[in-house]
Amino acid sequence: MTAAAPLRIGVVVFPGINTDGDTHHALETFPGVSAEYLWHKDTDLKGVDGIVIPGGFSYGDYLRCGAIARFSPIMQSITDFAADGGLVMGICNGFQILIEAGLLPGGLIRNTGLKFVCRYVNLRVETAATPFTSTCEQGDVLRIVVKHNEGNYTVDPATFEKMKTNDQIVVRYVNAAGERAEGANPNGALDDIAGVCNETRNVFGMMPHPENSVEAELAGGADGRRFFGSMIDALRGAEVTA
Amino acid sequence: MNVRVYVTPKHGILDPQGAAVERSLPNLGFTGVSGVRVGKIIDLTIQGAGLTEEAARSQVDEMCRKLLANPIIEDYTFEIEG
Repeated sequence: MTAAAPLRIGVVVFPGINTDGDTHHALETFPGVSAEYLWHKDTDLKGVDGIVIPGGFSYGDYLRCGAIARFSPIMQSITDFAADGGLVMGICNGFQILIEAGLLPGGLIRNTGLKFVCRYVNLRVETAATPFTSTCEQGDVLRIVVKHNEGNYTVDPATFEKMKTNDQIVVRYVNAAGERAEGANPNGALDDIAGVCNETRNVFGMMPHPENSVEAELAGGADGRRFFGSMIDALRGAEVTA
Repeated sequence: MNVRVYVTPKHGILDPQGAAVERSLPNLGFTGVSGVRVGKIIDLTIQGAGLTEEAARSQVDEMCRKLLANPIIEDYTFEIEG
């Protein structure tokens, strides 16, 4: 890719998704990045370099969060894109959709408090060895928001062991000091898990919303840039952007 | 044929809704209640020329595995009548 050609990242739009605009904006705060909306009924990925599935309430969260979106035409194309090594990030409902599609392990169930949680959380980067956290150091603590009702991550014990062995737990909920602690986990997620990647590390999902923390001059800080910036760097081939 | 599908949280997985219901029952004087699980019922009818119950059963099982339930977090059973 020449320096002049913008990097093109797809933002998938399902009916009921409500952070597509924020995610599009967040991506375009990076110089040389062009965000493209991808409609759920299309199968054409428009030749994008990477894909972000944003958060919201696809299909009204009917049946189970993400369950119906998973069978939309665009998801078959995204499954093929991921199988070819393409980078796919899912945020909140996007994480739920990737889980329902079987692109990420585990399940997301109702928060233990039975309430929708909307607050800042501290995330500890558990591995920098993913294309979505490569600009971080292991142990970095990032402060961004969660806003969800079904973010309680669970997985069967055998898969959990395999995920730990493969270093697939990418971010955990911690306190401001970076320690796992009572009250730090907003939803009861197993082992304080906030985000995971697949075995081949090209598909990543997390419940918190990095797209709401991309501008230091605005409320919310800029810690969310680290995830997008890492992804953009990976797509560009290790140029520094974050 | 009328089909009733029962979807419940998978055995061994925490059910936050069931736990909340269980905690509230003693307040109403119902003691000794345990094992509360909150699930859902999905009713549907399935038709087709010459559709046998066995074929319907196989279709419903596939529907459950692919969409109606998520076998990673949920268990399902179903009944077929008529």
